[in-house]
Amino acid sequence: MSKQVVSVNRVVIRFAGDSGDGMQLTGDRFTSETAGMGNDLSTLPDFPAEIRAPAGTVPGVSAFQLAFADHDITTPGDAPNVLVAMNPAALKANVKDLPRGADLIVNTDEFTKRNLEKVGYATNPLEDGSLEAFNVHAIALTSQTVEALKDFDLSKKEAERSKNMYALGLLCWLYSRPAEGTRAFLEKKFAKKPEILAANLAAFEAGWSFGETTEIFSVQYEVAKASDLPQGRYRNISGNPALAYGLIAASKRSGLPLFLGSYPITPASDILHELARNHRFGVTTFQAEDEIAGIGSAIGAAYGGALAVTTTSGPGIALKSESIGLAVSLELPLIIIDVQRGGPSTGLPTKTEQSDLLQAMFGRNGESPVPIVAPQSPSDCFYAALEAARIAVEYRTPVFLLSDGYIANGSEPWRVPEVDELPVIDPAFATGPNHVTDSGEAVFWPYKRDEDTLARPWAIPGTKGLEHRIGGLEKADGTGNISYDPDNHDRMVRLRQAKVDAIAKTIPPLEVDDPDGDARVLVLGWGSTYGPIGAACEITRRTGAKVAQAHLRHLNPFPSNLGEVLRSYDTVLVPEMNLGQLAMLLRARYLVDIQSITQVRGMPFKSTDLVSAITAAVQSL
Amino acid sequence: MTTYLDLIPKTDVEQSAKDFKSDQEVRWCPGCGDYSILSNVQGFLPELGLARENIVFVSGIGCSSRFPYYMNTFGMHSIHGRAPAIATGLAVSRPDLSIWVITGDGDALSIGGNHLIHALRRNVNLKILLFNNRIYGLTKGQYSPTSEQGKITKSTPEGSLDYSFNPVSLALGAEATFVARTIDSDRKHMTDVLRAAANHEGTALVEIYQNCNIFNDGAWEPLKDGDTRDDVMMRLVDGEPIRFGKDMEKGVIRTADGHIAVANVAEVGEDAVIRHDAHAKDPGLAFALSRLSNPRTLENTPIGVFRDIERPSYDRLVRDQLAEVQAKQGTGDLQALIDGGDTWIVS
Repeated sequence: MSKQVVSVNRVVIRFAGDSGDGMQLTGDRFTSETAGMGNDLSTLPDFPAEIRAPAGTVPGVSAFQLAFADHDITTPGDAPNVLVAMNPAALKANVKDLPRGADLIVNTDEFTKRNLEKVGYATNPLEDGSLEAFNVHAIALTSQTVEALKDFDLSKKEAERSKNMYALGLLCWLYSRPAEGTRAFLEKKFAKKPEILAANLAAFEAGWSFGETTEIFSVQYEVAKASDLPQGRYRNISGNPALAYGLIAASKRSGLPLFLGSYPITPASDILHELARNHRFGVTTFQAEDEIAGIGSAIGAAYGGALAVTTTSGPGIALKSESIGLAVSLELPLIIIDVQRGGPSTGLPTKTEQSDLLQAMFGRNGESPVPIVAPQSPSDCFYAALEAARIAVEYRTPVFLLSDGYIANGSEPWRVPEVDELPVIDPAFATGPNHVTDSGEAVFWPYKRDEDTLARPWAIPGTKGLEHRIGGLEKADGTGNISYDPDNHDRMVRLRQAKVDAIAKTIPPLEVDDPDGDARVLVLGWGSTYGPIGAACEITRRTGAKVAQAHLRHLNPFPSNLGEVLRSYDTVLVPEMNLGQLAMLLRARYLVDIQSITQVRGMPFKSTDLVSAITAAVQSL
Repeated sequence: MTTYLDLIPKTDVEQSAKDFKSDQEVRWCPGCGDYSILSNVQGFLPELGLARENIVFVSGIGCSSRFPYYMNTFGMHSIHGRAPAIATGLAVSRPDLSIWVITGDGDALSIGGNHLIHALRRNVNLKILLFNNRIYGLTKGQYSPTSEQGKITKSTPEGSLDYSFNPVSLALGAEATFVARTIDSDRKHMTDVLRAAANHEGTALVEIYQNCNIFNDGAWEPLKDGDTRDDVMMRLVDGEPIRFGKDMEKGVIRTADGHIAVANVAEVGEDAVIRHDAHAKDPGLAFALSRLSNPRTLENTPIGVFRDIERPSYDRLVRDQLAEVQAKQGTGDLQALIDGGDTWIVS
């Protein structure tokens, strides 16, 4: 039986279930098949911090949202066209995001009296008419899975566990996704468990066939390849692996061995995992006893001449603060990666936020400037890592890289670069004396600076004649000996600041996207808000409103033209997932009255929220 | 088997203690025990014959941690308690270095306790010299984790309530592969211990009883005073019966209940005296020896090498694993890595 095939240009699907239901895996698999078809896509995993939160409860719901389209998209979508709800809790937690007319696929097996009561449904929403606005497809996913697997030597419980594959099969049919990738994936994952492999494959096929044969679905959808993307070879990637690859690339392009000192923390641990899988590149991964030892070991490795990195999230940065100060004083290259999450304290470990900007900027004792770069999307993490490495090595300084949970776990297609075209980083180790004393003796001064960059020499142990001592005590300008001299301290504090400020000379000017060139409202963002801001500006422009967009990759120092850009607009809007941290820096630095748009819901901005704020700003002019 | 020292470049010129003195003025208080340790280390290092540029001293914070400034080698004066962590990163990435950690009882056992025990259990190739003066010197005289209970200090005017750490017991509890104790006043003994530590692959923890003549003068006096020294201090010599006392009249014996005790050799007989075995795999006896001393009176205080066993160092294991991975998988193709398994072409 062949069904009607309808072409659509953009679809947003949300898979939601218990945290043990395998929703993230289902979403990942659907994403891979979608990427393979050449759609543009963007994903948003959203899961609780508990590994197995109490079953059937709203806090235990794990969701995965995916937008895919036949054109360039930058966000995982505000509202799903399709919600797959594996139980009443998943329905309850997500139905409020569902627009009128959306498709709702529910697993009826879980809609028992007990499960409904557990989440506070007095009546069954499938029967009480409360879902009338949606196109409800009530399917007994669990029992149909069990039925499909009845010939397998599996307990009922084991069979039930394949229901996510059944749902995946159904959705793959519904959106005309190929099945080869999922088959290959399952074959690899369960290579040592043939029975489980067979069951998962059978569940997947059964879901697919159900879609094909059932009358519940009258149409099948297809989404054409995205044709407006730049030419090239693409893959799908999320932010954490992209960051890890960027670090390996920086190691290769600098010739420095990569050393990661890290302590596991959500949502940064995947960078440690990814690098640990890639030891063949000469990467050393050290899982330290705590956050402080993570950065401490990295400082030691940097001292020894490695490309040294430490990865963490906000609470870890708090613990590392004193060590970051040491790195500032030692003036050694070091990359500090903060995959931001909801705070303060333990906060929301699995949710996203941009609230560590001021911590990165100021969270240390003394005048302790540290450059900051922030990637704007999952794939941009690759380039941000290379840029952080460039600054660290060239300027002999610790550098912050501020990613966040949204881009760390979210994914998008990435046009893979040619390795040979990536920038080269020159470590330029010190090899001999760099100073002649008044008495004519050639000596090595560890704090004699390069005139252009103000960077000090990187003289690693094992270099004959360069024996020297460094430390956290204030050093005399030039010789690096301990100095308590007031004038010297004043000079050293200013020199360290000047060195970081001078990095601006190597940063490209901020580019503004203003199609007509006469917008009076600028929307300025940083980090992961790039996608939602871009989408919002596009939507606003379609209504005829004029709006300019710019996005900061460098937060310290800022690009040299930033003040000029800010002053050339009547209104500057700065959306941030915090209470206005960038806005505070901009106001203080440029005396421009920034309008802050803030949200700290642990979730990325919805484009529609930003559209109303931008529209209001345009209209109020 | 090649030792870690084989991986470190050797000096091509004759070295003397003078070569290891930096041009910086030493700024410890006159009479401080640190001077003798510094001069001992400077005097001992030429013996190793290592290239000076391949020696690194890393310290934390405290009086002892100024040590690297006075050594004409590479050196880092880091932050409080973190020297073992920093040195671990250096050791893992640079097998061609001889790395020494200089620390004190506050730095190593209080603020840096975590890093110390983890360096010891991992067996990172570090030689840790722990200067123990049982007091906080640089902050002007508060009690430390090794101060005897009841210590009257500025921060404990009615006496400290904390039970103290015994650094040797702590290190043995962490299954350190090399644990020794020496004393600032005995040059020869310290040199012997430093030599044993330097030749050990892995973490060597050397506790050095050091006198702070300003804030805790005489802390180790019973072990230094000619009248009492031989009575209270037992010198551990590998393979030798553990005997001490003015007339070597005391010895360490096994008791009926399996513990050890100090007994009069004349009463128990020479055969009953335990022979010291620093190379015993089981740290039990070494630990028991470390517990014999009385933290207040210092009676029955052993000095010497408690434990010296072979276990691959952490940094060697890291390098071996990396080499093994590269032998199996090659050295990595970056383009293939970033391409990943699934790519598609947009044309």
